[in-house]
Amino acid sequence: MRTIIFRFTAPYLTALMVLFSIFVLLRGHNDPGGGFIGGLIAASAFAIYGIACGVAAVRRALGFHPMAIAAAGLFAAVCAGIFSVFAKSGFMTGLWIFPKFFGTEVALSTPMLFDIGVYLVVVGGISSIALALEERESD
Amino acid sequence: MVHGAYQAADFLVVAPVALCLLFGAGLLMIRKRVDWHPFVAIPGFCLLFAADVLLLLKVAADGPRTMMMGDWQPPFGIAFTVDMLGALFVTTAGFVALASSIYATFSISRTERRYGFFPFLFLMMGGVSGAFLTGDVFNLYVWFEVLLIGSFGLLILGSEHEQLDGATKYCFLNLVATTLFLVTTGYLYGLFGTLNMADIAEKAGRFENDGALLTIAVLYLVAFGMKAAAFPLNFWLPASYHTPRFVVSALFAGLLTKVGVYALIRVLLMLFPPQHADLATLIAWVAALTMLVGAFGALAQSDLRRLLNYFVIAGIGTIFAGLALTEPGGGAAAGMVATSAGAAATDAAAGEAAALLPGSTSQVVGLSGAVFYAVHSIMVMTALYLAAGTAARIAGSSSLRVMGGLWRSRPALAALMLVFLLAVSGLPPFSGFWPKVILVRGAFQAGLPVLGAIILLTGFLMTVASARVFALAFWRNAPAAPEADAENAVFRAEGEPAPLVSLLPLLMLAVFVVAAGILPQWLTELTDVAARGIVDPAAYVGSVFGGGS
Repeated sequence: MRTIIFRFTAPYLTALMVLFSIFVLLRGHNDPGGGFIGGLIAASAFAIYGIACGVAAVRRALGFHPMAIAAAGLFAAVCAGIFSVFAKSGFMTGLWIFPKFFGTEVALSTPMLFDIGVYLVVVGGISSIALALEERESD
Repeated sequence: MVHGAYQAADFLVVAPVALCLLFGAGLLMIRKRVDWHPFVAIPGFCLLFAADVLLLLKVAADGPRTMMMGDWQPPFGIAFTVDMLGALFVTTAGFVALASSIYATFSISRTERRYGFFPFLFLMMGGVSGAFLTGDVFNLYVWFEVLLIGSFGLLILGSEHEQLDGATKYCFLNLVATTLFLVTTGYLYGLFGTLNMADIAEKAGRFENDGALLTIAVLYLVAFGMKAAAFPLNFWLPASYHTPRFVVSALFAGLLTKVGVYALIRVLLMLFPPQHADLATLIAWVAALTMLVGAFGALAQSDLRRLLNYFVIAGIGTIFAGLALTEPGGGAAAGMVATSAGAAATDAAAGEAAALLPGSTSQVVGLSGAVFYAVHSIMVMTALYLAAGTAARIAGSSSLRVMGGLWRSRPALAALMLVFLLAVSGLPPFSGFWPKVILVRGAFQAGLPVLGAIILLTGFLMTVASARVFALAFWRNAPAAPEADAENAVFRAEGEPAPLVSLLPLLMLAVFVVAAGILPQWLTELTDVAARGIVDPAAYVGSVFGGGS
């Protein structure tokens, strides 16, 4: 699979797919999309990068071990639930704030934090499986 | 009742689950820094146990508590409802998890920590706590899956051939049971249109003598019986529980089978009392055969850990005996023919138990005894496996043919082991005595004297098996030349002989065993409240829907 065309395009494709996955993640609250599907898109991006440029390159690019990314996601998801302590509402209640950045209203919420958590869990979990499988093949 | 405006103290209902997941995730993030793991995990388990105790105290003071997830109102939202039964089990689970994690700090090697022992342990405890706290049948299924995933990870820690073999059987059987659970839950939803336990408990009365309900009840009995390793679905347990590390075996044997028992109590006894009464005869037979299989199996084993596996099964049988008790005449347990042989022997014991639980129906007595026995069994089975692990590390093998002389070399360990062996056999003055007294008395009260006699016979056989363990592994002089068998390699791989700190978790568990044996009153009061809450779930329903409905 290491043709020059593929190796040349893979990094651009990966970057594009990761960007698209974040777009899918963020539009997920009101439109089709969300953390799970976004995470799958990002994980397939890393898988493509791994097929093209080797697993070691992906691991370097990720910075953290995929399992640590998944763990951070789980941590974020549970924290999203715990915020409701401060609102005296049931665990996992959706809480929203609308701060203004440079005149633009930005909707921040605990469901979004939860979705980011799901995204990271899926990215970490699926990439660690995919990388382990690709490693076995190439080494 | 519209739920809302929860105080910080109400969050205790979800605290055990949230803490487990937070610490599990945190430990996974620092997976490579294995030296930090114990310093994060032990405080984590202390916090978990503290939260469990506070929850128990709160439930004891205020009755069942409910929190609706995300403020979605019942019966549509997922309810976390904790009553005395759930609080007792979750507190017991937190305690053995704390003891096991202390034990694990020296018995689990650095490599195995790197594989993620502590994160898996927290994940499993999250699943266990969630199963004990949830008030929603489908959510119960989800927590079963969570704890299974955690337990798979713990089971194959080390990736030895034998472990994978045991794990395959364990996974397969548990997946079959979980699938059955899911299918049955589908039926349940089809029938009731709700999965909220309080809602079902309320609506089940309108479906009296419905064949569909009996089908669901039988399917749940099979699914949870498989999880709990009740006869004839017990064969997976001895085939898999002897392969992982001792501390993992300890937690599995102590906790996981009891999650099945808990689910059975919650679903069958609380939601479908008429169907439970129809099935009481079947449960009584299952209980009797499970006890006998466990007791005779224990007598036949020559390996300490395999022997303990059968003790677990015998304990499950004893708990099931408590679940088989219904009102005399109401349950129509005709299969168990009355004999008067055992009756005289237990009159004295029954009198004492009557003093413990004045004015209770036999179902409440049976359930209270079963819950007491389950709590005792969680503690004492965990303790036995941990003690066996320490003994096996010192002796270099867990085969009773090779072990010996530990009384002389490790008197403290031997004394603790003796306490646990006496407790598991049901001898006074330890924690196993009182629940058996209650159960035997309840069996006679409910018109099931054969079942009572079998409980006593099982106790006798377990005493013989325990005596064999103590005589061979501890009392006799060490055999001259230990046989070098293949199993020895496993124990050498676990590292140096256990340091003194290995006695700390055993001491913690022994304190409970002795305290519940000498002063059973505080525990019987709690289990009695738990049993009454199941037999009459009005308070449980009230905490979800408010007093009116």
